[in-house]
Amino acid sequence: MRYIPNSPAEQADLLREVGVASVDDLFATVPREVFRKSPPPLAPPMSEVELRRDLGALAAKNAAATCYASFLGAGLYPHHSPAFVSQLLLRGEFLTSYTPYQPEVSQGTLTAIWEFQSHVALLTGLDVANASMYEGASALVEAFLMAERLTKKRTRVVVSKTVHPEYLATLRTYLAYLGLEIVEVPAGSDGVTNPAALAAAVDDETIAVAVQSPNVFGLVEDWSVAAEAAHAKGALAIGVVNEMFSLALLKPPGEAGIDIACGEAASFGLPASFGGPLVGFLACRDGFKRQIPGRLAGRLETPDGPVFALTLSTREQHIRREKATSNICTNQGLFALAATMTLTALGKHGLRETALLCLSKSEYLKAGIGKLGTGKFAVAFPGATFNEFALRCGPPVEEVLSALEKAQILGGVPFTRLAPGSGEHEDLLLVATTERNRREDLDRYLDVLKGF
Amino acid sequence: MSSYPDDRLYSESHEWIRVEGDTATIGITDHAQKELGDVVFVELPDLGEIFDEGQEFGTIESVKAVSELFLPVAGEIVEVNKGLVDEPNAVNEDPHGDGWLVKVKVTSDDALNGLMNAAAYEKFVEEEAKA
Amino acid sequence: MSDHGHLASPAPDASRLDRRRGSSSIFDASRPGRRGVLLPPLDVPGADPEALFGALHRTEVAGEVEASEVDAIRHFTRLSQKNMSIDANLYPLGSCTMKHNPRINEEIARLAGFAEVHPYTPGHLSQGALELIARLEAALIALTGFARITFQPSAGANGELAGCLMIRAAHVKAGAPRKYVLVPDSAHGTNPASAHFAGYEVKELPSTPRGTLDPADLEKKMTDEVAAVMITVPNTLGVFEENILEVTRIVHAKGGYVYLDGANFNAFVGKIRPADMGVDVMHMNLHKTFSTPHGGGGPGAGPVGVGAALVPFLPVPTVEPEGTGFRLDFDHPDSIGRMRTFYGNFGVLVRALTYILSYGQEIGEVAENAVLNANYLRKKLAPFYHLKYDAPSYHEVVFDDKLQAARGVHNIDVAKRLMDYGFHPPTMSFPLIVPGALMIEPTESEPIEELDAFADAMIAIAREAEESPELVTSAPHVTPVGRIDEALLAREASKAGSFAPVLRAPVRRS
Repeated sequence: MRYIPNSPAEQADLLREVGVASVDDLFATVPREVFRKSPPPLAPPMSEVELRRDLGALAAKNAAATCYASFLGAGLYPHHSPAFVSQLLLRGEFLTSYTPYQPEVSQGTLTAIWEFQSHVALLTGLDVANASMYEGASALVEAFLMAERLTKKRTRVVVSKTVHPEYLATLRTYLAYLGLEIVEVPAGSDGVTNPAALAAAVDDETIAVAVQSPNVFGLVEDWSVAAEAAHAKGALAIGVVNEMFSLALLKPPGEAGIDIACGEAASFGLPASFGGPLVGFLACRDGFKRQIPGRLAGRLETPDGPVFALTLSTREQHIRREKATSNICTNQGLFALAATMTLTALGKHGLRETALLCLSKSEYLKAGIGKLGTGKFAVAFPGATFNEFALRCGPPVEEVLSALEKAQILGGVPFTRLAPGSGEHEDLLLVATTERNRREDLDRYLDVLKGF
Repeated sequence: MSSYPDDRLYSESHEWIRVEGDTATIGITDHAQKELGDVVFVELPDLGEIFDEGQEFGTIESVKAVSELFLPVAGEIVEVNKGLVDEPNAVNEDPHGDGWLVKVKVTSDDALNGLMNAAAYEKFVEEEAKA
Repeated sequence: MSDHGHLASPAPDASRLDRRRGSSSIFDASRPGRRGVLLPPLDVPGADPEALFGALHRTEVAGEVEASEVDAIRHFTRLSQKNMSIDANLYPLGSCTMKHNPRINEEIARLAGFAEVHPYTPGHLSQGALELIARLEAALIALTGFARITFQPSAGANGELAGCLMIRAAHVKAGAPRKYVLVPDSAHGTNPASAHFAGYEVKELPSTPRGTLDPADLEKKMTDEVAAVMITVPNTLGVFEENILEVTRIVHAKGGYVYLDGANFNAFVGKIRPADMGVDVMHMNLHKTFSTPHGGGGPGAGPVGVGAALVPFLPVPTVEPEGTGFRLDFDHPDSIGRMRTFYGNFGVLVRALTYILSYGQEIGEVAENAVLNANYLRKKLAPFYHLKYDAPSYHEVVFDDKLQAARGVHNIDVAKRLMDYGFHPPTMSFPLIVPGALMIEPTESEPIEELDAFADAMIAIAREAEESPELVTSAPHVTPVGRIDEALLAREASKAGSFAPVLRAPVRRS
């Protein structure tokens, strides 16, 4: 009843026109033993009044980041989103349209996809980006599968263990039955991928080598380490980024020899939303574009101006079926649009200034920890970081977090949450800052640590 | 009179082959290009690649379809039509001429006996349309 | 010229107006010095990136946009005006289920307590989120009859892959992975692609002249080398597999699993529980059956329901009760692992639960009206369009262009002409077994007068195809842009450098 426009009388008219006595007659080819005569065991319908009360109560049981000073990151960094973004996203023409398979009536979506692709290409320093991926971890999987098609008949993928553990876990799931071996290269004691160890792991069977920067400890990695290790053996280099603001201040993967960049672009104004939906991305060199997974919008100049349409579609599952470059059907349309709008509002200068705010606050916090003088806390690794660092805790991490929580601070992500049961780095807390953290939050954080 | 040139043979998968000495030129037929529609991309093998008779040696794409290309004879690729990289529509415009795909050095011509001449191929296409 | 029905002649003003609005991208309109966001002040000492990063420092992202908030809002608002949408138009894309997207769903998903919760928030501060997942699982179990539901998959195709991986893991555990997956020739393209990425070879099952599976043929092909059969109910022809119970019996007799592509769950939600038909595993597209917005191509969510036999292989994490609350559980030794980061597309789950609660026990009306509306259109259009498979239709009906093709008018032309009448075209790219397909799914959201207007337009186009086919083959005439030469675009896109982000120098102040 709730969202069905036809009144019972109109439904009866339709039934008469169709020529059946009751609606159940339309289900006549369903075997009787499975056709249910009684309604499903659910509650009676709820009005909006009840929905707001019921689900509002559920929402109230969660700690919205807005009620706390949040230092949670570890792969997902909620930044400011301009107010107009969430409002324009509610325009029905964006919200309630489908994949733009019919370009004449989808120029809006198509232009926005092309813009998203362009932003990603500029940020990563690569030539072609796709219309988005589900999220960062599956984007890494798709990058490896793409590399496998490009290198042909090789059997091994190499990945640094400083890539986010959930990305590694996802990779293991997808590659389990494809006959591809995963070689995970441990980090050096400085928390960064060891160039010699990485190079030693690459051989003639290697499809591609992946590193992440900033890595899971927040440390900046040098892309060229992966590029050199890979290219020496004819393999491809994959760069993973999950804090896209870092690319405003750090040399982009495409300029350092990386062939395929992928990861998570949720930093551009997406709500954290308990981890989804997010917006993955994948970009590559021009020569590889025929193997790029997912949708791709192209631009065609015409006498009436540019027009846009999905293109090179023969890569996709609806045409190639089991020979497709990927089984993916959807992209993250609406949230790629949100990221595009946010990037437009930030612009060239806003990007850099936001990145500088993030960096400066992180450096301030790191410096404060260095000056605590209690001997109980330390920045775990000496290398350069962007907006996140690993805090080594003398006291149990849970106790530190509880003390911070009492001061209205969500103090960070215990490394153990990223890889439950692994027993690794039990004394590390990942602490992220964004432009949303104020100096007084940082000082309060330091005060709590001082209390140990 | 047949609309297909008499100087070559035709396969049931709609490739044509013209043999001169131990080299053969291969393309797709006018009928095949019409079925496919506007060709937008042709993926061809590397020089020196060796294929068995009937093996897939590349693909040809229109906007919304992909067709595999099969080699009518066993052979080694000695030349590919580089012009198709920028002008894939040559396959549409001149399928039996400028739109050729590859040249191979024939290693076994056993399979040639099984191919059709122009008249037989034309009849084959007519039969296929009726089926 | 013949009478074009209620359509006005192509309006030249519309295209001029549109050019003034500018079809170009924001990159073309970028103006140096403009900015759209005021950032908070730097309240700590400014860090020096040059000193920190040395050679790895980047000084600018060259080519990035410079625009004001007004520029941005106008640009994106104008872009939106070039889209068709369900809010404004009947959008009968078969198989895609373009139904109404209720706005209460959006409001609830945007509550700070859902939208602003980080996935690594400690468990005791995210109980509401975990409880929401648990409640949605319970609701979907009530509707499907499965033992458990995983919410890890990001979309339908991702759910298919998760399902295939679970099937494979179960077979491996039982001794051998098996080799093949059988897929009907009417299936969505994602089915064979997903089976392939789970390491299986795909074998096709031909449809009968009724458009359904042939149990005798299946019996022959269903060997102990076959891991699973992937079916769709109703299938992509909108036809129900009458022999579904026979099909599942045959598959189970050989130790195989039945995968149901739940893309068409909206045709029977509340009327049939898939587990009752013998289905072992099924994904649900929340953006189809449960009304979450398609958003121009995503995000979706593809939860997967499984019977008891596949529960040990579910992806991690699951949500489990603990005391009076809930916790994330990773302790599943036989799990296929993670499908992605975090816990699935939570924001989509919020919308789906909101929708399910708003219908509650009356949700069967969704299926009833979806099927009724499709049958009404079938009745009205059958005299004018060819129906290759004439078995009873459920939520969609698949016509083709056989009658119009005689005049040189193909499905793509009918589709483009529909735009001139203010309707989005139906699906044409599949089912592959219907050449020239026009796959029409009106959904339960359409009122009778809108169905009539759509039918009238389709009938008018059929008449135009007879009387003035060139009017149809040159359509669309009144859309923001005319018919796009997709072949030319694909050829251009294949060339080197074709995706260069910025094609023009930025506009400078004169």
